[in-house]
Amino acid sequence: MSFDKRVDGRGLLDLRPMEAKVGVIEKADGSAYFRMGDTVAYAAVYGPRELVPRFKQNPKKGVLRCNYNMLPFSGVGERIRPGGNRRSKEISMVTEKALLPVVLLDHFPNSVVDVFIELPQTDAGSRCAGITAAALALADAGIPMKDLVSAVAVGKVDDKLLVDLRYEEEAFEGEVSDIPFAFIHNTGEVSLLQMDGIIDDENLIKLVDLARDAALKVYEVQKQALLEKFKKVGDSNERK
Amino acid sequence: MRGNDEAHHILRYFENNLRYDGRGLTDYRNIEYELNVVKTAEGSASVKFGGTHVIAGVKLSIDQPYPDTPNKGNLMVEVSLSPLASEEYMPGPPDIDAVEFSRVVDRGLREAPALDFEKLCIKEGEAVWNVSVDIVVINDDGNLIDVAGFAAMLALMNARFPKVVDDKVDYHELTDEKLPIKHIVLPTTVFKIDKYLFIDPIVEEFELAEARLTLTRRDDGKICAIQKGGDYPLKKEDIEKMLVLSKEKFEELLKIAKGVTQ
Amino acid sequence: MGVVKVKDKEIVIPGQLLAEGMDFVPTGDAYREDDKVYSKRLGLVEINKRVIKVIPLSGSYVPREGDTVVGVVSDILVSGWRVDLGGAYSAVLPIKDAVNEFIKRGEDLTKYFDIGDVLFAKISRVTSQMLIDLTLRDKGLTKLVGGRIIKFPPVKVPRIIGKNASMITMLKKATQCKIYVGKNGYIWIDGKPNQELLLTKVIKKIDEEAHTSGLTDRVKEFLEKETGQKLG
Repeated sequence: MSFDKRVDGRGLLDLRPMEAKVGVIEKADGSAYFRMGDTVAYAAVYGPRELVPRFKQNPKKGVLRCNYNMLPFSGVGERIRPGGNRRSKEISMVTEKALLPVVLLDHFPNSVVDVFIELPQTDAGSRCAGITAAALALADAGIPMKDLVSAVAVGKVDDKLLVDLRYEEEAFEGEVSDIPFAFIHNTGEVSLLQMDGIIDDENLIKLVDLARDAALKVYEVQKQALLEKFKKVGDSNERK
Repeated sequence: MRGNDEAHHILRYFENNLRYDGRGLTDYRNIEYELNVVKTAEGSASVKFGGTHVIAGVKLSIDQPYPDTPNKGNLMVEVSLSPLASEEYMPGPPDIDAVEFSRVVDRGLREAPALDFEKLCIKEGEAVWNVSVDIVVINDDGNLIDVAGFAAMLALMNARFPKVVDDKVDYHELTDEKLPIKHIVLPTTVFKIDKYLFIDPIVEEFELAEARLTLTRRDDGKICAIQKGGDYPLKKEDIEKMLVLSKEKFEELLKIAKGVTQ
Repeated sequence: MGVVKVKDKEIVIPGQLLAEGMDFVPTGDAYREDDKVYSKRLGLVEINKRVIKVIPLSGSYVPREGDTVVGVVSDILVSGWRVDLGGAYSAVLPIKDAVNEFIKRGEDLTKYFDIGDVLFAKISRVTSQMLIDLTLRDKGLTKLVGGRIIKFPPVKVPRIIGKNASMITMLKKATQCKIYVGKNGYIWIDGKPNQELLLTKVIKKIDEEAHTSGLTDRVKEFLEKETGQKLG
């Protein structure tokens, strides 16, 4: 069985349609909604706020705490029992590591910034959607950041290099690799890199560049979402 | 962060039939809903009452029936207070408020009953449909029981059975067959501060409330669940007035819910 | 000579390149890395010759000595009261900076301020570890009775006050409400319900339009329409 074309008719390097909005959860200090095809993520930021227990407080810098969770009705099959599992714990951790290089922790010593990511609907690329939404929520909250982080998954399905895999592509019954990436925008440095599947070194290196190009497109969507927040009033008014 | 004069302050509004958002004591906020918002659920609804936003999703599965009800399907309802929704909520097992809200919404749907459980039977004693409704609070601006109950009902009304192939559920395809709805069931909670009764509180009002009474009714007006909450007791006259107000409000919500299914 | 990459008063996002060149001076939430100047927050960029400033449009309160704040007493301590200012850091009001009388050791401090009391105080000290001391010993500082607290973004508080207090003076006149604005983003208001409703409406408008210019005039217009008053 060979992989010929993508189910939804996309080009090999095309991302699914994306949608992003910030300020969607009014009670949170910052929040965002991000959709990539059929994968949807909400992110909310609370903080900086008091970190308890107090012994965890660091007088030199703050703490970034991320929690990723899939909602019970978000899976492609049966209901997912709430409460998280080992997979979501690991994703929470790599999400934190993906965002850490850009968050200026020394600006909020002795306190914590909590980032909550919940997905009501998934179709692969969920941790990437979560990280992308989280970066937006952090910016919306006014947490000092050097830069934004943008995430996207790439992979090799059979002999084709693909960008932004869907569940059906990940489930292909041949050689598959699903490789989520996250990039810091200005420097192009990689802050998330994992893989499920099988890949050879040469193709992995090719995929880094493909992922970087794709992440730049994700960044544009993020940027628009942040600017959109101020558009409704701003434009009609004169700037001094 | 609330000062201890706030309870007193809000009464000046209530005296004038006003609230912090300009509403009257018995007015609902703007109610918005969207059906079928979650593709991975067999039925779903996103509902907003003002700023309070919840998403309800229905998931179906086939299981063995319980031994004492061999010809009936099952219902499970859970309300979860997502940490997205408020600075008070943390990830982890449901706290007592989530448990209370879940059980109150569950009771109403179960007792009415909202679903014809016998029609959920596939093969007596062997296979029945299990219906799970998960209601996740995305933004908590008060009145969670009513909004969760409303969203749960809308999700059930719009849910469809998935295809079954060789006795196994194929979640990728939904049939056109909707769930067997027996009754439309909706909770309405009436709150009390001092001598004033009000509905659909914002979160500040919810926290200042001295008592609350949730009355869940079904489409023929009969009550199918009751829950009194809050630290203060209710007089008989209070309950009588709350019954009247809840019925009036139920009719308003029922009209919206009925308009949802074409 | 360097190159400026953005327009004055443009909205910028974290990591956005603002200018290239060593002669630019980043202030506010602009920062320099090598020969480039970037923003570290979602904000408004102000370009004044070589000075590039980013004014944040969201973010938590950073306590500074001299700031007047509105806080809620959250705990009674041995030597004073703990006061919640809404951010990551709570503050302490020591006895000696709170009352004029001599307070005996072990006296019940709730006689003076109890949990839930609202105070309009001044920050007398902020340590490097973000421990905050408050004082009530200054003109205008007081316990606030009655009223309610509205949460407002701390970074936009200057817009509520306005140049030379022009905005807040106008708000007080138009709504006849008592208003105390804390730099920490807590605004205490007290007035007739209808007046308070108008005030909260205007405060919301200021929040939504804080990043624009001509705001004071638009608010004046809005208030004059709503109240029928002429607001000089």
